[in-house]
Amino acid sequence: MALPRRIFGIETEYGITCSMENHRRLTPDELARYLFSDIVDKYRSNNVFLPNGGRLYLDVGSHPEYATAECDLLTDVLAQEKAGDEIVSQMARTAEAKLASEGITGRVFVFKNNTDSSGNSYGCHENYLINRKLDYLQHLDGLLPFLVTRQLFCGAGKLLKTSSGVVYVMSQRADHMWDAVSSATTRSRPMINTRDEPHANSDKYRRLHVISGDSNMSETAMLLKVATMDLVLAVMEAGAIPANLRVDNPMKAIRDVARDLSGCAQVQLQDGRTLSAVETQRIYYELVCSNIERFGWELTELHHQALKLWGQIISAFENGNLSDFDSVLDWRIKLQLLKAFQDEQGLALDSAKLAQVELMYHELSADRGIYNLLLSQDRINRVVSNTEIESATKLPPQTTRAKLRGEFLSAAKKTKTSIATDWMHLKVNLPVERSVSLPDPFSATDDRVQDLISQM
Amino acid sequence: MTEQNFESAKSAPTGADDDDNAATAKAAKQVIVPDISGILDQIDAVLEKNSEEFISGFVQKGGQ
Repeated sequence: MALPRRIFGIETEYGITCSMENHRRLTPDELARYLFSDIVDKYRSNNVFLPNGGRLYLDVGSHPEYATAECDLLTDVLAQEKAGDEIVSQMARTAEAKLASEGITGRVFVFKNNTDSSGNSYGCHENYLINRKLDYLQHLDGLLPFLVTRQLFCGAGKLLKTSSGVVYVMSQRADHMWDAVSSATTRSRPMINTRDEPHANSDKYRRLHVISGDSNMSETAMLLKVATMDLVLAVMEAGAIPANLRVDNPMKAIRDVARDLSGCAQVQLQDGRTLSAVETQRIYYELVCSNIERFGWELTELHHQALKLWGQIISAFENGNLSDFDSVLDWRIKLQLLKAFQDEQGLALDSAKLAQVELMYHELSADRGIYNLLLSQDRINRVVSNTEIESATKLPPQTTRAKLRGEFLSAAKKTKTSIATDWMHLKVNLPVERSVSLPDPFSATDDRVQDLISQM
Repeated sequence: MTEQNFESAKSAPTGADDDDNAATAKAAKQVIVPDISGILDQIDAVLEKNSEEFISGFVQKGGQ
């Protein structure tokens, strides 16, 4: 049988700043207004759903935030996430043009990272739809050993200021995690948030909201992050994560793992055992493989590719040679980049120049962002094409509820109909108020929606 | 600064002999030039001139 279908969605909060030639630097708040000026002109709001099914809004702290539409294919979630990067990057270009029209020349920067220079953090939130029948809270602890060690392949790398100087660590978010499982987000910032918002039939589904992950530039890291989580969740839903896989102190573990680039950091388990980070990943990898065999899950090609890569990365850590991944994983690419600058220019790890190089790795413009520069020269491997990304800025995923929302929004735009939407509802305001509720995120067809559209 | 600043001490690798090891990651194979040093000048040219000011001025309240 096929691997059970699952809905995925990624929310990304972006950092913004600017550098002005003939004006003081704008505050994030001022800058955000320029970024959203076109959106506000068009929609009369800075919190909107787009025709590609995604949601774009201005979040707490003046962070532009983009939430992908609900996807059930890995290829769609990657394309939709990259489409969000593209959309926000275009907003920065629009802001530059608008500033220029007011006589202010300068550069606007958007960072897809997770920390500013004074240590404030903003996130990349992963959403996975899971089965309501499961005794959810009881199973979550079984995910934590996996979550604290998956930065081996999906960490975005960071120059971290510590009491003993600056060190390079694997993850951006590790040092900002203050709880393992909780319903709060900003106050205690847990790895798994339990706020119960399935945006779907709540008798059948729950949403697993993971907020410990780094924002990724690397498409391969993005693929690995979502694909491995999907597979581990399938194992969890089958009740097949052993009860003895429980981390003693998740907050200490995630920090320790980030600091040891060899993957050998020791993770203390509640039953008294200690496992290295890479041994922990090996256990989850084997668990996934054995359950694929046990249940006969058929995988998509991208799942296959991710599973194989996951195994290869684990082996590479075990053999102490990660050079095959120097142009593949974010924390490895960035490490090579920083080393190259350090070697050529004799920079100290705590130099502002190196800090700028690190930050600019995450910048989204095509001509200044270092990741994008490397990508344009074929120095980084790809999983999705520019054509797929470009298409995803306009077109929703075709196999989920997002298709209905996208069609509804496109029709409303075309006919200039006054409407309102959220993840689960589509509403026409005038001439007569009519709304349709869509509790099944897996369904991409609905006669009632076609009916609404036909009356626009 | 030496490489030691970046790479933490490696313990002896243990375990798993994997057949897959022989095969390089498919993704890695596609890369034409894995060497980054060739474009440092190009990167340098687009960096902000005053790193200190640029970095210290990027402060933004946390998100959700």
